[in-house]
Amino acid sequence: MKAVGIVLAGGGSNRMRELARKRAVCAMPIAGFYRSIDFALSSLSNSHIQTVAVFTQYHAGTLNEHLSSSKWWDFGRKQGGLYTFTPAITSENGFWYRGTADAIAQNLHFLKECHEPYVIITSGDCVYKLDFNKVLDYHIEKNADITVVCKDMPEGCDTERFGTLRMNEESRIEEFEEKPVIARSNTVSCGIYVIRRRLLIELIEQCDAEGRYDFVRDILIRYRSMKRIYGYKIRDYWRNIATVEDYFATNMDFLKPEIRRWFFGTYPDIYTKVGDQPPAKYNVGAKVHNSLISSGCIINGSVEDSVVFKGTFIGSNCYIKNSILLNDIYVGDNSYIENCIVESRSTLQANSYYKGEDGVRIVEEMNELFVL
Amino acid sequence: MLLAGGQGSRLGVLTAMMAKPAVAFGGKYRIIDFPLSNCINSGVDTVGVLTQYQPLRLNSHIGIGIPWDLDRNIGGVTVLPPYEKMNNTEWYTGTANAIYQNMQYMESYHPDYVLILSGDHIYKMDYEMMLSYHKSSGADVTIAVMPVAMEEAKRFGIMITDENGRIVDFEEKPEHPRSNLASMGIYIFSFDVLKRALTKNASQSGLDFGKHIIPWCRDEGYGLFAWQFEGYWKDVGTLTSYWQANMELIDIVPEFNLYEEYWKIYTKSLPQPPQYFGPDSAIERSIVGEGSEIYGEVYHSVIGCGVRIGAGTVVRDSILMNDCVIGERSTLDRVIAAEGVTIGSDVRMGDGEEQVNETGPQIYRDGLCTVGEQSLIPDGVTIGKNVMIFGATLPTDYPDGHLASGKTLIRNQGAS
Repeated sequence: MKAVGIVLAGGGSNRMRELARKRAVCAMPIAGFYRSIDFALSSLSNSHIQTVAVFTQYHAGTLNEHLSSSKWWDFGRKQGGLYTFTPAITSENGFWYRGTADAIAQNLHFLKECHEPYVIITSGDCVYKLDFNKVLDYHIEKNADITVVCKDMPEGCDTERFGTLRMNEESRIEEFEEKPVIARSNTVSCGIYVIRRRLLIELIEQCDAEGRYDFVRDILIRYRSMKRIYGYKIRDYWRNIATVEDYFATNMDFLKPEIRRWFFGTYPDIYTKVGDQPPAKYNVGAKVHNSLISSGCIINGSVEDSVVFKGTFIGSNCYIKNSILLNDIYVGDNSYIENCIVESRSTLQANSYYKGEDGVRIVEEMNELFVL
Repeated sequence: MLLAGGQGSRLGVLTAMMAKPAVAFGGKYRIIDFPLSNCINSGVDTVGVLTQYQPLRLNSHIGIGIPWDLDRNIGGVTVLPPYEKMNNTEWYTGTANAIYQNMQYMESYHPDYVLILSGDHIYKMDYEMMLSYHKSSGADVTIAVMPVAMEEAKRFGIMITDENGRIVDFEEKPEHPRSNLASMGIYIFSFDVLKRALTKNASQSGLDFGKHIIPWCRDEGYGLFAWQFEGYWKDVGTLTSYWQANMELIDIVPEFNLYEEYWKIYTKSLPQPPQYFGPDSAIERSIVGEGSEIYGEVYHSVIGCGVRIGAGTVVRDSILMNDCVIGERSTLDRVIAAEGVTIGSDVRMGDGEEQVNETGPQIYRDGLCTVGEQSLIPDGVTIGKNVMIFGATLPTDYPDGHLASGKTLIRNQGAS
């Protein structure tokens, strides 16, 4: 128990388009069964970090529902626990979280009352699996003030919405740019940081006094030369889901056997809130190729290269291709869906036709529920 | 009080290493999930589960009752194995004897009524309705009954009732049944009556509800009433009926519907990823559990969680329980494979003509090929019908790569 965890899960995103209307980005369903925040929480839990705070703001209710019990990630213990902090009006403060640093500042009492020497800060909208103990060991070995987990993105990747950084041969970060138009490096920050708890408190109090609210801009970049900030490079899978395109691609990544093997077949597991869906059922006329199907689904039609979430019904003679169908959808008979993300609880009438012509199309349709 | 100690020997090798209530059913469930889910859905939140035969799997499945919300501060689920006592120490010798030995447990909750269940049927029942009937009819004992076909009636305990539902007589497996109301083995007792009946008959050996307690209650003049249940109720006591009940789940709208929001069935489920279907897979008329990876073809089958079926393999009319691994280019026809079975590549199962099984003609029948838990079947063998296989079998166990119909093959039975 060397560290406490902080999961930054307050964000909405314009780039999620209609998908952000219903839920926080960190509550986005992933890989048929999980939600985005499960990956951060599972990595924390698997690294034996027992006290975890989740900061929520945008659509906090959707996350609270998912986090209604901490037992799924094994935080429901006498020691430690899972805490959710949503902005609250107090005698000292009447603001929403004005930034990541402000979120921590408003809940500084949490950090002050802990006894663990380190803090791990992670964003909740990334899909990854990481042993934080290794990062901690690295942090201690390097005698760093802050360690930033980072990853080399492939050439030509759009780094515009990330923080990019450049390290010297000792892995010390020399340059850190936030959301550069033209990036000078393809190493991006994964939004995962390790820092000594006392130092964090000190820096946050300083920021707060100066009216600065952003962890990256006002701490990482501002203190870049003064503090020893190191990069810890990961080579394993890591992906941020906060745009529709990335969200779509991340889900489709799970159709690859090596990705599934890494997340589901390699110790340790990813945990999530488990429902009581019956096994998936395939009736006459079902054809399923290269797809993930979750429990509770009833499939009567064709599904190809797609991810189908829990409790979805697909009618006879349907053709679903290269699409993501979220939870509890009803798709009427003879429908055609290609290159789409169908929003959860949608009810599509029979003979619907949806095709994403250039890029992914988001479908949300609420007809009167059809019942078998 | 849920009786879950029985072996269920007619399920053959499926109960070699676990009690019958722990046998997997319908992809991800175990048989005991049905009465346990009925309990919590009916508002019965204090449940004692009596175990005796091979309890390990049952114990780890039930745990502290989290999946059924039976982890309570007061009440909840308690597993009750037989235990050593000051004077006499015995196993549970009969259904009623098992309940009698747990009188202390029941008394600690000061109940007004006690519901006695058995852990080996597939059904959804609201015990609350049965209890209201028990109260309103002024019964001392209520027995759940269901109408069966007259020709079937001779296989059951039959209740003969008057127009008020009061049981006037009953007969066990009668040659010429006088009624078609079969007892389902579900009883509600007013606690003081149960206590008196058990205490008075305590010395009876093999104390059984059907044989001793119910007749005693009738002779003593207690009010015995029959509560009629209408709905799906399936005994899965034999391999054939177990196979059929599984297959019934596959119907388009099955009589026993797991997909209803109302009256859910709960089970202990691990966080398993969704199931994946390979580029050349085919699946029709089947149900599949979480985390399975299917590259072959599956028709009219029930597949558990974490099963892997290789490319080119065809599975038909079969039940594959959790974590089975099937190689490539194999053919499986009417196979029941228990948990963790590994079947090699190019294996043909369920081949040829039926022959009567040599060791259990009444168990391994109807063309089913049954494979015990954690068994291993090597590459390239051909296996007939009505066959039982248990253990890590080697190619040398199959003369000319063939196991004829009706054979029983057991190897390295291990601890059991």
